Amino acid sequence: MISFEMPNSIRKTVTLMQTVAENMMRPVSRRFDECEHEIPWDYINFTHEALKAMGGGTLAPSEGNGPPKDPDAPKRPSLAYQRLAYSAEVLSWGDAGLYLCTPAGMLGAAAVQATGTPEQKVRFLSRYRGDKPVFDAMAMTESHAGSEMPSATRTTAVREGEQWVLNGEKIFVTAGRKALVDSPGFVVVWATVDPGAGRAGVKPFVVEAGTPGCSVTKQEHKLGIRASDTVSILLQDCRVPLDNILGSPEVQTKTEEGFKGAMATFDASRPLVAASALGIARAALELLKECLERSGVHLRYGLPRSRMTNLEREVVEMEIMLRSSWLLVLKAVWMMDERQPNNLEASMSKVRAGDMVVKITQRAVELLGPQGISREHLLEKWLRDAKINDLYEGTGQINRLIVARRILNYSRHELS
Amino acid sequence: MYGFEPTDEQRMLVEAVQRFAQKEMRPVAHDADEAGELPPALIEKGWELGVLQASIPEGYGGFGERSAVTGVLAAEELGWGDLSAALAVLAPNAFALPVLTAGTEEQKRQLIPPVIEGEWKPFVAAFVEPDFDFYPGEMRTSAAARNGGHVLNGVKALVPYAEQARSFLVFAAQDGRIQAFVVPAGTPGLTIAAREKLLGLQAIPTYRLQLQELQVPAEARLGGEQGMLFEPILAAAQVALAGLAVGLSRGAFEYARDYAKEREAFGGPIAQKQSIAFTLADMAIEVEAIRLLVWEAAWMLDAAKDEAAKAAYLALTGAADMAMMVTDRAVQILGGHGYIREHPVERWMRNARGVASYVGLAMV
Repeated sequence: MISFEMPNSIRKTVTLMQTVAENMMRPVSRRFDECEHEIPWDYINFTHEALKAMGGGTLAPSEGNGPPKDPDAPKRPSLAYQRLAYSAEVLSWGDAGLYLCTPAGMLGAAAVQATGTPEQKVRFLSRYRGDKPVFDAMAMTESHAGSEMPSATRTTAVREGEQWVLNGEKIFVTAGRKALVDSPGFVVVWATVDPGAGRAGVKPFVVEAGTPGCSVTKQEHKLGIRASDTVSILLQDCRVPLDNILGSPEVQTKTEEGFKGAMATFDASRPLVAASALGIARAALELLKECLERSGVHLRYGLPRSRMTNLEREVVEMEIMLRSSWLLVLKAVWMMDERQPNNLEASMSKVRAGDMVVKITQRAVELLGPQGISREHLLEKWLRDAKINDLYEGTGQINRLIVARRILNYSRHELS
Repeated sequence: MYGFEPTDEQRMLVEAVQRFAQKEMRPVAHDADEAGELPPALIEKGWELGVLQASIPEGYGGFGERSAVTGVLAAEELGWGDLSAALAVLAPNAFALPVLTAGTEEQKRQLIPPVIEGEWKPFVAAFVEPDFDFYPGEMRTSAAARNGGHVLNGVKALVPYAEQARSFLVFAAQDGRIQAFVVPAGTPGLTIAAREKLLGLQAIPTYRLQLQELQVPAEARLGGEQGMLFEPILAAAQVALAGLAVGLSRGAFEYARDYAKEREAFGGPIAQKQSIAFTLADMAIEVEAIRLLVWEAAWMLDAAKDEAAKAAYLALTGAADMAMMVTDRAVQILGGHGYIREHPVERWMRNARGVASYVGLAMV
């Protein structure tokens, strides 16, 4: 049935997250933007306790198979990814950088969740239920290979007895410092077991904090999301147990099934990035409307274009962009929950949200003139935070390519 | 609970309408546009799909319950087929559905059965006005209580099949509210001007109506003594049109996509060039995003949510922009061929440009 009725349990989550966003995030938003490499422990410790009190937390990956544990279980169908999307949206409305510091299992955990064996899930994910907050990260990009990473990766994994030996350097690892230095977390490192095999040889390996040969070498200074650390990771004869590989170690050149399986985590993570983007967009649009109201501008709806002021046109257009993009996200995560393939929908939501958050934040800044660019408001920060969503988890261009291949029924070779 | 899948019943209807759109509407759309008329048999077959009949309860001669969601699903397929023919098939909806939502019990029993029983008949709405800044909330056509009834004055535009119409539902401002009045053909004071010549919609005849001191009895006003609430009716018109625009745009996207896979340049299909492929991706994303926006507005209307009126307005505004963007890019992907009337994309672009102006021609 076609329905847009928000489930009550999600409504409760939203209310709770909104309180966190308003009280724990907004008041410190500016501070952690300006003190770039400081870690927001108050927020981290608070959310860790809160998530624990909620029974492992809505954001925490569950043990065992299937999507993250849902408080609604065993009620079917699952709402887990829909809840995650709403959480990402509301927390990013609070602060997109702090949201990335939520100790609840991010991309690394998602990869373990999507492709790990039951034993691996217990080994790597149980730590989220411990006393201390824990972080994880995903290390894909290399200095010479961003979107091209899968086929061009130079990081290698060589089997020696009962271990894998990793060598190489990864850059742009979100939360890598918190995962390896500041908490007993782990990083999922993508490396090739067969440099001649291209994509088919690339596998994800779990590298836990404290593993000799793995070090954080550089912390970036960024345009936005400054509360979240972005680091380089150097792997020098870094040895991990044989069982730390996610998925099969076999190189399946013909089918590429192993690689595709691992890439499936993107179908889960891209709508969540889109959701985060739209939280920022909503914050910007709300602030714009508030500022206009305060200045005595009354926005009218329902008018034809010929009777609208420019401000009204802009706001109406932004509302359309925001809501329709959100519905793309909602459909993509709903399909995850329904266990339907959502590769197309995930990339669609990511492309549009990445575009829209950049447009909305930039227009809001423009329309508010000197107030828009003033660092007294958070709007200029949101403009800076927004842009990352058009870049990470696949740039807008890469996700367009995925959409295009899907709608044209083209392979990677037919459309590159 | 959220849901994005039509019910089995809705799916059956959508499939039936899609078959009709593909087998009946598409093959004649070009010639109908050139000739300026639709084959009567086409309209009759479209009518027999029962989109309107399924929205009317048995008590008034139909066989179902009104659902805006079901309506926009059907509208999308009709819009995919041909916008002119779609508006012809749906013209009686704009007469019957306001009666269903706002009429008194007596009005419903009296007015609806003649519309929906038997073959398609031109019962139509007179909604749009010719001013450039036409705004449904403040119509210039006026109604005043006089002689125990109402007197109407004003000019209406884009009234389909006015010359053959049996009866009109005329929307007019009265005491600051928009009300609707049943005006039978031939009522003194009603003048039908020459057929309009338009950029698009060339296969469906539309006319201007002049209403001059036109007297109707008190019972001609929908809702009787209390009159009616206009917002839900406007919203029903907006989501219907938005649904049609989604279908029209989807058709243009699909045509451009298939063309780009066939057309070769520089040694291969142009679809293999990122410039074309990315354009197609953007078109697909826009269609899908706005489709969901339209579904949500329709769902709000069915659920009688407070925000339904605003959602319907935003959905139509978004759909009108999306339709223009998608049809324009479809023409662009076909290049010079897109400009030639042998291909349908230029017609779709002409039809799309007016979407924001067609409000009131269809309802779901």
